[in-house]
Amino acid sequence: MKAKHKLLKEYSYKLGEIYRGYTNRTLYVNISDNTIKEKLVTELMKEKFIGGKGFGLWLLWNGTKDDTKWNDPENEIIIAPGPIAGITQYSGAGKSLVVSISPTTDSVMDCNVGGFFGPFLKFSGFDALEIQGKAEKDIIIIIEGTKGTVRIEEAPEEAVDSYILVEQLTEMYADDETDKRNISVISSGKAAEHSLIGMLNFSWYDVKRKTCRLKQAGRGGIGTVFRDKHIKAVVAKVSGVKGDMNHVFDMQEIRERGRRFGKEMRELDDSQARMRQVGTAHLVEIMNDYDLLPVHNFKFGSHPDAHKIDSKVLKTRFTQGMPDGCWLGCLMSCCKAVEGYEVKTGPYKGQIVTVDGPEYETIGALGSCCGIFDPEHLFECNFYCDTYGIDTISFGTAIAFAVECYENGILNEERTGGLRLNFGNSDAAMELLHQMARGEGFGVVVGSGVRKMKEKFAKEYGADPKFLQDIGMENKGLEYSQYVSKESLAQQGGYAMTNKGPQHDEAWLIFMDMVNKQIPTFKDKAEALYYFPMFRTWFGLMGLCKLPWNDVEPEDNAESDEPAKVPEHVDNYVTIFNAVTGKDIDKHELIRQSERVYNFQRIFNLRKGFGKREDDAQPYRAAGPVTVEEYESRKERYDKQMKEIIGVEPEGKSTEEKIAITRKYREGAYEKLLDAVYERRGWTKNGIPTIEHLKEISMDLPGLIEVVKPYLK
Amino acid sequence: MDKKIEVNKEKIDWEENMTVDRILKIMNYTFKMIVVKVNGELVKKDNYNTKIIPEGSDVQVIHLIAGG
Ligand code: SF4
Repeated sequence: MKAKHKLLKEYSYKLGEIYRGYTNRTLYVNISDNTIKEKLVTELMKEKFIGGKGFGLWLLWNGTKDDTKWNDPENEIIIAPGPIAGITQYSGAGKSLVVSISPTTDSVMDCNVGGFFGPFLKFSGFDALEIQGKAEKDIIIIIEGTKGTVRIEEAPEEAVDSYILVEQLTEMYADDETDKRNISVISSGKAAEHSLIGMLNFSWYDVKRKTCRLKQAGRGGIGTVFRDKHIKAVVAKVSGVKGDMNHVFDMQEIRERGRRFGKEMRELDDSQARMRQVGTAHLVEIMNDYDLLPVHNFKFGSHPDAHKIDSKVLKTRFTQGMPDGCWLGCLMSCCKAVEGYEVKTGPYKGQIVTVDGPEYETIGALGSCCGIFDPEHLFECNFYCDTYGIDTISFGTAIAFAVECYENGILNEERTGGLRLNFGNSDAAMELLHQMARGEGFGVVVGSGVRKMKEKFAKEYGADPKFLQDIGMENKGLEYSQYVSKESLAQQGGYAMTNKGPQHDEAWLIFMDMVNKQIPTFKDKAEALYYFPMFRTWFGLMGLCKLPWNDVEPEDNAESDEPAKVPEHVDNYVTIFNAVTGKDIDKHELIRQSERVYNFQRIFNLRKGFGKREDDAQPYRAAGPVTVEEYESRKERYDKQMKEIIGVEPEGKSTEEKIAITRKYREGAYEKLLDAVYERRGWTKNGIPTIEHLKEISMDLPGLIEVVKPYLK
Repeated sequence: MDKKIEVNKEKIDWEENMTVDRILKIMNYTFKMIVVKVNGELVKKDNYNTKIIPEGSDVQVIHLIAGG
């Protein structure tokens, strides 16, 4: 297989040393003309963009034009760890941030992903990898960080599907079994070629299980961009990984904070989130109990069968006693695997495989959202989504939307190619996934995502665009992640006001808002929608995982002044940043660092023709009951709110009338929320960052002012 | 009039010898990472089944954010 590779370009570079978290150069690879070069990291980049997602956005901003489309050769995929990435003494420090122009949103997308690639890229000598161009034939890019070479090779014979390809390449580039741990591969899969919701897998070699494991950069179709560029894989290889590859300023401080965190994990995790035992799957039963687990395309928040797919059931299938981390030294170790799973359908039928996860989002999307409460389906579908390179969240949400359209007569068997798309039909879901991989049938339609399906169904099938807009769970072109936000106004903003689309990684405020009732006023909600998105953005600048921030908490956290922020962990992060870089920031400057990049991304959206108030609109299903069935399922709640909050007597009104009253109230509340949040963020009523605000946060770069100016007149 | 307490700003019926555990059960609060305050005073986890909640109390069950 390797003999069939054709070398297109080899580039040798001088190995360098990382100094206080930075290599101070990035790697540029153009696969149209096979240019490979190094770029210097400027002081401006470090000061304003910090690293990780910040670097990615800045490189993308400079590398593309206003009208660059996702499938233009000049679109880029940028992968960047941050300055903290690669340390092993504090948990969750191996993330990469992936940035590109998305096929589903036509704007900027960013994903945070584990696996060893990011740290290995840095240890190879680069703070970011910037890939531009489009190859004629399938290629792989190989970065050998020990030798100091980068190669582009045509690779005609390797598989495209991740499950096979990652093993092939790990085997190919490792000198022996021990050397496999030194390799990380980025790959996608067949279905990414025929859909817009393709994702990227980032691998690491699991020494205990002797198999390659995968983590996903799932959102927004970057896997589709990858395959459109004819990239089969990117391989990074390093050797001699040690604890202080970053040459940090003060290792003692980092060790001390790591030790404290380790103690919390050992002593408290089993009675708190049980991340080591079941990972994020523990959220299934919690969300179901609080009526927050999406059921039947987000109509409802719980289901009597949810116990069939909760963490108690999954735990019996996860390999026991093997908490796994997706980077070295992560003591939260939330990665789970189902070993010895026999594939039941499709091209790999009968093969015995290891399935990564499933994690909470995947369980919600592939399971409850589609009305499927069968763990076997979750394993099968998760395996194929991973190997075909498909984002489980978008896939499940898109299927659920199609099912609801089917059940409402917008689709029929003729339109679905003979499939009976009902909630609970796992065979149909699997068939659609296989069709997506083959580039056939209705699977391709589903793979175009909810926004494109809405357009098609209205145009070609005469469906009511308003109804489609109400039930289609997307905003900005990205499908919703798996939490029901109807009863939390703050979370509605936490979803629909995001820069990239409704992914919960910016803000998860449901408990604060809906359960604790800690942020009752618009001002309170605006403050939360200022602080948390800024704080959470910071993980993406650093190359950090956010789970260790609040999925375990110090024993005395309850007694702190702001328990929701987990102040002791915030202090750990400030300390670690300073200890890595030698800088001297405090918790306020931490927020400022994020705020600069956050506003930059908003302006980038604006440059792409989005980023305005109208782009922060949400589908009504995210805010309240669209249908009679939905209203009546929670009648007591809605009637009570109508009486006590809206001040209207529900008695004697038809359900349709009550839906309309509730809707008017909730839509009005959302508009008020937008006003309050924009003001708090220093934006105009149209959601545009003002020049004064950009000056205040020291982000008044000329190029940015030029973009916002026309909107401020 | 029924005797009440307030839990996260919602009025519920008060019961004789009502404990924190009992309140969590009534409210179906199954999430583990919580902070409980009764009339502003913190109740430690160890006391959830012994601390008796007086009638008319203001109980806060603060769920700390998790998710994703
Ligand atoms: S907490 Fe989980 S996802 Fe985060 S770094 Fe650790 S193992 Fe990876």
